[in-house]
Amino acid sequence: MRRGTSRGFSRTKLLPQLYYLYRRFRKQLAIFAVILGPGIIVMVADNDAGGITTYMVTGSEFRYSFVWVLLLLFPVAYTCQEMCVRLGAITKRGFAEAIFDAFGSFWGWFSLADLTITDALTIVTEFIGMTAAMSIFGIAPWMTEIIVIAFIMAIVINGRYWTWEKIVLVLCVVNLIYIPAAFLVHPNLSKIFWTGVVPGFPYGLTSPVVFLLMANVGTTIAPWMIFFHQSSVIDKGLRAKDIAYERADTALGAFFTVVTASVLVIVAGTLLYGMKVQSAAMASRLLMPINSYVGTLVAVGLFDAGLLGAIAISMTSAWAFGEIFGWSHSLNAKKGQSKGFTLFRLLILTFAASIVLIPGAPLVTITLFVQVIAVTLLPAALMFLILLLNQEELMGKYKNSRAQNAIAGTIITVIIILSTLYGLGTVFPGIFG
Amino acid sequence: MRAMNPLRRFVNKIREINKQYAKPRIKLSRRTSFALLALRLYLIILVILLAYKFFTIL
Repeated sequence: MRRGTSRGFSRTKLLPQLYYLYRRFRKQLAIFAVILGPGIIVMVADNDAGGITTYMVTGSEFRYSFVWVLLLLFPVAYTCQEMCVRLGAITKRGFAEAIFDAFGSFWGWFSLADLTITDALTIVTEFIGMTAAMSIFGIAPWMTEIIVIAFIMAIVINGRYWTWEKIVLVLCVVNLIYIPAAFLVHPNLSKIFWTGVVPGFPYGLTSPVVFLLMANVGTTIAPWMIFFHQSSVIDKGLRAKDIAYERADTALGAFFTVVTASVLVIVAGTLLYGMKVQSAAMASRLLMPINSYVGTLVAVGLFDAGLLGAIAISMTSAWAFGEIFGWSHSLNAKKGQSKGFTLFRLLILTFAASIVLIPGAPLVTITLFVQVIAVTLLPAALMFLILLLNQEELMGKYKNSRAQNAIAGTIITVIIILSTLYGLGTVFPGIFG
Repeated sequence: MRAMNPLRRFVNKIREINKQYAKPRIKLSRRTSFALLALRLYLIILVILLAYKFFTIL
């Protein structure tokens, strides 16, 4: 083949080649638009009500000094979730079923039971966030809960995964509401760069710094995310040829997560620095007299974050149970075919909502307990994930390479250590001095 | 077919699942066995710590 004529960019063929590249790019963009969804949803839903609280507390206590840590979480989140994409697209099995099949019923039941407890308690924290956010606008908790449950059940009523996904993606866009809030507070960009983006510990490595560091890193990957992402990849019908697009979707989602988290730290660091903030709802109330627009945006964002979390997490457990008990567990199932799947989601949501309404319920203890229970499942889930990704007979050419194992292994080890220390620090508050 | 009560049906389903997934299908290499052993030890230590905390609170 002659160089520069048939394959190269000769002058006479430059325009047709550019046009061809443009057409190819447009086609790929169109395919990407169809495939994007699971990655963005799982990543944005990770910034749930609990996550928002962590970022607001971080900003109010240590201003911008954790922004670089949050930026570093992009590869962490992406690496873990990318493995779920490959596992789901190649095996066509949910993570719960994959654990049962590969590791036997002991580890299967352990994972399923732990996942269900963690999910139920996490949904309680989502309802705490949603009811607190709506109470700022004078809406009673019981009314918020009824509307939320009705909405979550209604968006799957037409029996199409696509409809559900589009609605949830709209909620993901609403989650970006924090970005205009950051512009409204007029932060000092130079200060953010030098004290936040440039790595360092201006407050030293004291125990509160270490604890919040662990909280921020430890909550980046929650056990439900692994189960959810894999199941949604399957329910959407993604195949091996779609992996590249779904990787891009996951990267985009991880980018949104990191941006949202950083923006929240910046908002809290600019307006609430030095104040004792204990929750995102409290932060929103404190922001109202300072800047009512920002306070309102944070409250709306908190509600949206809780709603996204409740939708994704309730779906996770239902998918997992459906896989193991053999129920029809697809959002594409026709009416009446997936009674167990629907009933399970309704039960877990009603249970969580009821707990929040019980007068004097130990909601703070429940919030702390979620972290502890998650710590018992996260190392197991991550270890199963990496072991499954190394099975050649299961993954074929999509199994982890040595480089992927080295990166994922390091990230997973760090997550396990930090989340374990965070869990222990929650149970034994004096453990870090 | 004889109608079974829901509890019995549930127990039978669990038995069926246990039978279906009785043997792990993963290739148990040394590294995999070590990872699973480490996981068991990790969970045992964690449960002991949580139980200690629970009983000291009571």
